[in-house]
Amino acid sequence: MAQAKAKKNGIVAKKLVGMADVVIAAAQRAKDPTFEIPMRALSNVSFNPRKGLIEMGDKKQARSFFNVGMAKKFMQTMLVADALAELQQADLTTSLREIYYRTKHTIQDSHENTFDTQDESDPIIEDLEVSLVALREELHVRAENSGSIVGPVVFGDDGDRVDCAKLGKGGYSVPSIVEPEYLEIRRCTADFLLLVEKGTQWNRLSEDKFWRRYNCVLLTGNGQPPRGVRRLARRLHEEYKLPVYVLVDNDPWGYYIYSVVKQGSINLAFESQRMAIPKAKFIGLSSADPERYELPRNVGIKLNEKDITRAKELLNYQWFQKPAWQQEIKRMLTSGLKYELDALANKDFQYLTKKYLPRKLKEKDWLD
Amino acid sequence: MVTAVEMGARQREISVSEFFTKNRHLLGFDNPRKALLTCVKEAVDNSLDACEEAGILPDVTVKLEIVTTGQTPVAPSQATRFRITVTDNGPGIVRQQIPRVFAKLLYGSKFHRMRMSRGQQGIGISAAGMYGQLTTGKPVKVISRTGPRAAAHYFEVQIDTKKNEPLVHENKQIEWHQSQGTEVTLEVEGRYQKGRASVDEWLEQTSIANPHVRLTYRTPEGERKEYPRSYHELPPSPKEIKPHPYGIEFGALLKMLQDTKSQTVAGFLAADFCRVSPALAEEMCKSAKLSPNTKPRDVKHQAAEILYKTIQVTKIMAPPTNCISPIGEKAILSGLYKQIKGEFYTAVSRPPAVYRGYPFIIEAGLAFGKGPEEATKPQQASVPLAEGEDQGHDTELARVIRYANRVPLLYQQSACSTFKAVLSTTWRNYGVTQSRGALPAGPMVIFVHMASVWVPFTSESKEAIADYDEIQKEITLALREAGRRLGIFLRRRERAASEFRRRNIFDLYIEEVVAACNRLKGGHLPTEKLKEQLHKIASSRTGGVKTDEALGKTGVGPEGLPHSIIVTAEGIEGETEIAQQSPVSEAEAPVAMPADSTPTRNAPRGGKRVVKPSPAIVKRTGVAKAKGTGGQQEMFAAEPAQAKKAAPRRTSTRKTPSGAAKPTRTRT
Ligand SMILES: Nc1ncnc2c1ncn2[C@@H]1O[C@H](COP(=O)(O)OP(=O)(O)O)[C@@H](O)[C@H]1O
Ligand SMILES: [Mg+2]
Repeated sequence: MAQAKAKKNGIVAKKLVGMADVVIAAAQRAKDPTFEIPMRALSNVSFNPRKGLIEMGDKKQARSFFNVGMAKKFMQTMLVADALAELQQADLTTSLREIYYRTKHTIQDSHENTFDTQDESDPIIEDLEVSLVALREELHVRAENSGSIVGPVVFGDDGDRVDCAKLGKGGYSVPSIVEPEYLEIRRCTADFLLLVEKGTQWNRLSEDKFWRRYNCVLLTGNGQPPRGVRRLARRLHEEYKLPVYVLVDNDPWGYYIYSVVKQGSINLAFESQRMAIPKAKFIGLSSADPERYELPRNVGIKLNEKDITRAKELLNYQWFQKPAWQQEIKRMLTSGLKYELDALANKDFQYLTKKYLPRKLKEKDWLD
Repeated sequence: MVTAVEMGARQREISVSEFFTKNRHLLGFDNPRKALLTCVKEAVDNSLDACEEAGILPDVTVKLEIVTTGQTPVAPSQATRFRITVTDNGPGIVRQQIPRVFAKLLYGSKFHRMRMSRGQQGIGISAAGMYGQLTTGKPVKVISRTGPRAAAHYFEVQIDTKKNEPLVHENKQIEWHQSQGTEVTLEVEGRYQKGRASVDEWLEQTSIANPHVRLTYRTPEGERKEYPRSYHELPPSPKEIKPHPYGIEFGALLKMLQDTKSQTVAGFLAADFCRVSPALAEEMCKSAKLSPNTKPRDVKHQAAEILYKTIQVTKIMAPPTNCISPIGEKAILSGLYKQIKGEFYTAVSRPPAVYRGYPFIIEAGLAFGKGPEEATKPQQASVPLAEGEDQGHDTELARVIRYANRVPLLYQQSACSTFKAVLSTTWRNYGVTQSRGALPAGPMVIFVHMASVWVPFTSESKEAIADYDEIQKEITLALREAGRRLGIFLRRRERAASEFRRRNIFDLYIEEVVAACNRLKGGHLPTEKLKEQLHKIASSRTGGVKTDEALGKTGVGPEGLPHSIIVTAEGIEGETEIAQQSPVSEAEAPVAMPADSTPTRNAPRGGKRVVKPSPAIVKRTGVAKAKGTGGQQEMFAAEPAQAKKAAPRRTSTRKTPSGAAKPTRTRT
């Protein structure tokens, strides 16, 4: 495993050094140094219905040094490449924020900073991911650990055996890099995986030992699941054939989270191949649930302007064209209300564990 | 109930001191700080008026000294008593008149005349003397000499406050180093404080609008400030005119009817007013149902009122305008240029116009920028900026300087017609930022002058010009023209700056990119070579010659910018003749050396000599600015006073062989 890691490092480091070569070669031929960067925008993604994935197109964008509008970005790109190469050399991982601090300084003889905010350095890292075809993990950039997992699954993490069935109700904190070189899945006997949007519901289910009764893995990303959580779900799905169910709030944001888990995001479309779970199912909350589960109207929340625009946008996405989905979203728009998972507590604190999910699973009441 | 007898018992003559004390706010003596200024102002105004009337280029010295009662010296800001001495090279005052001029209230030569003069501003020098007398008990001391062959007379006078008559304490002939002129010394209670509406500010503004005056100022700190003469012609002497019928008030008409020497109303109208022909006078009488031969003194009550109304509706030619002497575009430019550090100057004189029968002229000027050193100076990295901080763009607002008949107006700015016109001008159209209802923002001084035989003030204290539509309109038109020119300049400068930035950012980023490449290549890169290659590409991309053009380095003067001066690090464009005449500095002490032998000054002195067929750009290099001179003031406090001392002004920047200026940024 260590060897595999070293080899990968070598390739990425070479690619980064190659960027300096582009500059040197152009300078020698008196040409404007230019990089080609694949575009990360809706206009450059397409939905592949056969694979059920969002895929990136091949539109590219030139980034040249001697262009007033791009000069600064070009310079910033070189600084980030340099910092990333340094990580490779030292074999360290770091966060987006630390990259920002590492590359920030005041340009000599001026008042100008290389970067003013992290908003300037983050997109450059994504630019490099796509143009060098290197995953963020391979670039040694990690996110915060912000996911939790509990259930009948055993990991090997830096040589430690981690049995997620024996970690109490807190579970295991999902690292941001879960590639096989970093995290080994030694065993998994679950029947399915439940990916929960919110920590509150994950805690409820964990505390109630829902996973034991239904022999499943409980996973949460505390909101929009971070890459580590998505990648781990994908690995369990792929390597252990676990069906994946997604449980989110009933609002446009919840639909969106589900769609990202299922077919990838527009921004990181190039990673769909590795992250998306086209077979993931949407288990709830559905806009049909309030009626079916007799949730009182007063625990709903009125859709705001933004929700409405967002929902209408979703209606147009290619991956929401299935009639069931059109109906699902339109029903929300007609009712004018959204519901949080937390609203289920209105009936009973344990309503989710004892009534809602059991009935959903029994009736196979989900959307694809 | 009070009877007439009782009332009569209370009626008595009011002494002038009582009158003065009651009305001191109208006379400009409301508080000790303003009083100090008013005293200086009365004396200086008189000196300038007298010199100009006598055809002498004014040379005036103002000295403020602290008077201490005890032994211990006090700081100027703590002092409460001052000795003010104003000396001029004017015509002097004949001996017999001196006591009355300085020690009798409401005694002067300008009050009744329809002639443009400064004197209209205050109540006169005797009021200042009165103030001194009331607050310190000290007399006014006067030296005056009417010519080299006359004796110099020394007087000490006070006012008899009961009779409003002069009391002469001392009167003798003395030796005086001056061959002609007047010196007045007043001792008054006052406060000295720099800043807004200070003596310093007033003198500085006076010098801007009166560049033909050489002004020397000894501050209470003992510092000597010179406001040099930059314009060597006297303003044309304004002609006296008779009042225009439209401008006369009913009360004044009644008084004129009583005072006239004419025997008939028709004769009175034709003789005592301008623009009234005998025929027109007859016609007016007819319309007013008055016999043209009525004795003027018999036109009273009803009849007078009808006559007044008739005058208002009769079509009468506008008054002649040669009675007004504007400062003139050249002189305004000269004044602004010598006193204010900037990059762009312009001046506009409107043609004469008339309000209520009074002719007037509006003039406007602008000085914009922080001086070429500030503008092109590469920004020094002082402290690295933290997240969320920005480069501290100044939000400083423009400063308005207002004048009536060449005298600065320092109080009641917001009530003044000129100020309102500045606010209502849409400066945004000219590339200057401006919030709603506020002054435009930026390093800018806006100059507005109203010249008239009668300036309408909003109140007796004469600090703000009243709103008349005709006046507003003229001010607005003048400001718009000045603004339009500023807009042209700013657009041009912006073009140049953006080219400059282009060059600059590439230069800046090449360092970073090369350093990053070098680190990526493990530190084995021939960095100098790579830098050189990249710099070459950069300059080929920014188009050398074209950029020079946009940067204004080709020597082409400012197009479409009449009466303007542009200052860049490379030199001066526009009215270079004026700029050259402006002495940049005067020596600390008057050294006896002919001006011609001063190698650093290429400005011809005294006169309108035409400078050699001008290369549009005049280099002004190596002129050291002496300490304490009143030359270009730091209006914007952009650089610390310390640095200002010895720094050569407008030095040329380093030149590359191609002639393009290189930014003085050093690279490592
Ligand atoms: N420095 C001076 N030189 C010559 N004449 C002077 C000087 N100061 C005052 N005078 C004469 O004294 C007169 C009275 O002056 P002042 O009381 O200030 O009233 P005003 O200036 O309004 O006429 C002036 O009109 C002028 O004739
Ligand atoms: Mg006077």
